This record gives sequence, C-alpha cells and structure tokens, in this order.
Amino acid sequence: MPKATNTDDPEGPDGVQIDLISGERMAEMATMEKIRMILDGVHDGNIVILEEGLTPDEESRLIETTMAEINPDGFNGIEIETYPKSEAGDSSLLGRIMGTNDAEAKLTVIGPANQIETLHKDETLISALVSRN
Amino acid sequence: MGLFTELKDSISRATDRLFSDQDPKRIGIYGPPNAGKTTLANRIARDWTGDAIGTESHVPHETRRARRKENVEIERNGKSVTIDIVDTPGVTTKVDYEEFTGEMDEEDAIRRSREATEGVAEAMHWLREDVDGVIYVLDSAEDPITQVNTMLIGIIESRDLPVLIFANKIDLDDASVKRIEDAFPQHKTVPLSAKEGDNMDEVYDNIAQYFG
Repeated sequence: MPKATNTDDPEGPDGVQIDLISGERMAEMATMEKIRMILDGVHDGNIVILEEGLTPDEESRLIETTMAEINPDGFNGIEIETYPKSEAGDSSLLGRIMGTNDAEAKLTVIGPANQIETLHKDETLISALVSRN
Repeated sequence: MGLFTELKDSISRATDRLFSDQDPKRIGIYGPPNAGKTTLANRIARDWTGDAIGTESHVPHETRRARRKENVEIERNGKSVTIDIVDTPGVTTKVDYEEFTGEMDEEDAIRRSREATEGVAEAMHWLREDVDGVIYVLDSAEDPITQVNTMLIGIIESRDLPVLIFANKIDLDDASVKRIEDAFPQHKTVPLSAKEGDNMDEVYDNIAQYFG
C-alpha cells in the first residue's frame, strides 16, 4: 500500500500537506496501524483528514499513544476535531456493545497541536486555521 | 481484535459488573484539566472518611497520577453505599511544558509536562480496564462542547459504563448548567460547587442511586 509522505526537499515543503484518508482504506487497517499512520503524518507536520473517523476505543488508544510520544523538544501533541453528535443516543446497542461507532462515523481532522487551531465547530461545520510551523 | 473476541470481552465485562456486588464499585472521576476533579474527590472523601485524596491547585495537571480512595461509605435514606473513588488526571490531547513556565522554572516545567502525559495515558488505561462507573466533571463556566469531552463521553458510552455529569463551579458568575445539560442531554447532569460545598446532598443522592 503506498504511503503518504512529505517531500524530500531538505528545505521542507512550501506549504502544508493534507492527507485525506478514505473510509475504505481505514477499514483494511488494524487499530495500531491506523494510529501509527495518523501520528506519523502528524509528526511530519501534515494534516490528516479521516473520512469516517475512529471508534471510541481507537480514540482512547490514540490519546494514550500521543501522550507517550510528546517530548519537550518538539512534539507537543495533537489537535483533533470531529463533528459533535447531532442526536442523543443515536448509536446502536450492538455498536455500543462492540465498541464500534458505525452509526456515528464522522469526518475527523487531526493535526499537530502547534499548527492547527479550531476557530469554530458546530454540528455541521468545522473551521480550522492551519499554520506552517 | 476479532468480532467474537470483542463480544466475549464485552459480555465478560458486563457479567463481572453484575456479579461483583460484594466489592465496592470503582468510580472514576474524569474530565478535562482544571474542572475541579480533585476538589470534588477531596470533598467526598472528607465528608465520608475524614481524609483528603490529593493536592488541589489552579495550575493545570496538578494531579498526574490516578489515586484511589477505598471504601468510601456514603449513607443515604437509611441505606449505605460503598465505593472506591479514583481521582484521575485531566485528559487532554496536548501538553506543552511552556504553559507551566510562568509558575516554575524550565526544568520543573519539563518534568511536570512529562508526568502529565504519563498521567493522561494512565487515566485512559483506567477507563478502558478498571472503573465500574464514571463521574464526569465539567467547569460550568466553560464551553462543554470540546473534542476531549465529546471523545471521552463517547468512550464511556461505548463501554456501557454508568455515568453522571457534574456541572461544577456553579458559584462562578459565568456558570451555565443549562449549557452542559444541552450538550449532553442523554445523561443526568447534577449542578454543584465542590469548592463551596453547594448542592452536595443532591450529589450524594445521585451517587447512591447510580452507583449503589
């Protein structure tokens, strides 16, 4: 499977790379593969957009793995935004038992905490400011 | 993890909860940094055991290790409910040591940020493995619709854990309990001020009802 990579230009890219990952591609991956792909992209300064987001359990493991990789010399974590749930209790019982969130799969934006700032978020709109560090 | 293994684990967790009535339930106090989790934990512990759990501070990430207070016996309406309270570090997706440098020197700020990241990871692990119910504490003066709150409530729901939302700091001028009720209408919200001790009777009634 091809890997999304930043330019090899030693001066760095003249812009911010955005990786849009389809739900189809994510469906083939194990939890840690997804997390590794997201964090590798974020470490490279990319903005990662997931078409269908992560399950609650995957989000929990993403936070845990992110915390393990924070260091004072550079990486200080991630900014992550998903649309808030539009209706209370809209996930299926089976989905909740299984820890999946198919009923709630929502576009998710993830980036380096020092490069992305959420300006506005509601149930239908996420507005973010992305800066080149 | 395969479908069958996930289902088996889920059933195992549910039966563990159902048949462990003789053991005190472990109730995790979760929420973002500076919501007043340790102040609440100390209030509950002092009211029913006489001892505090941890140090309270306005500096974020004062609590950097999950701490458990065992066998807190709460008496309501002639019955008693015994729980273990687990005070957890505030959950976040980012920690920058520079946010502490106004309060301490750089070396201490770096150490604090490193401990804070370990604490957040520990809190997530407790949530996945070791708590039977959750008290989710929010600062009533802050916007509750943040990604961390949305994600954590989603994680708690996905694990089928009973949850109470505590709208803390109602003594502040900007407090809005309704904003929290509107953000999470699927859950019971209880207003309180852990610092001032306001509305603690309703707090204990609900703890006994939800986790007893």
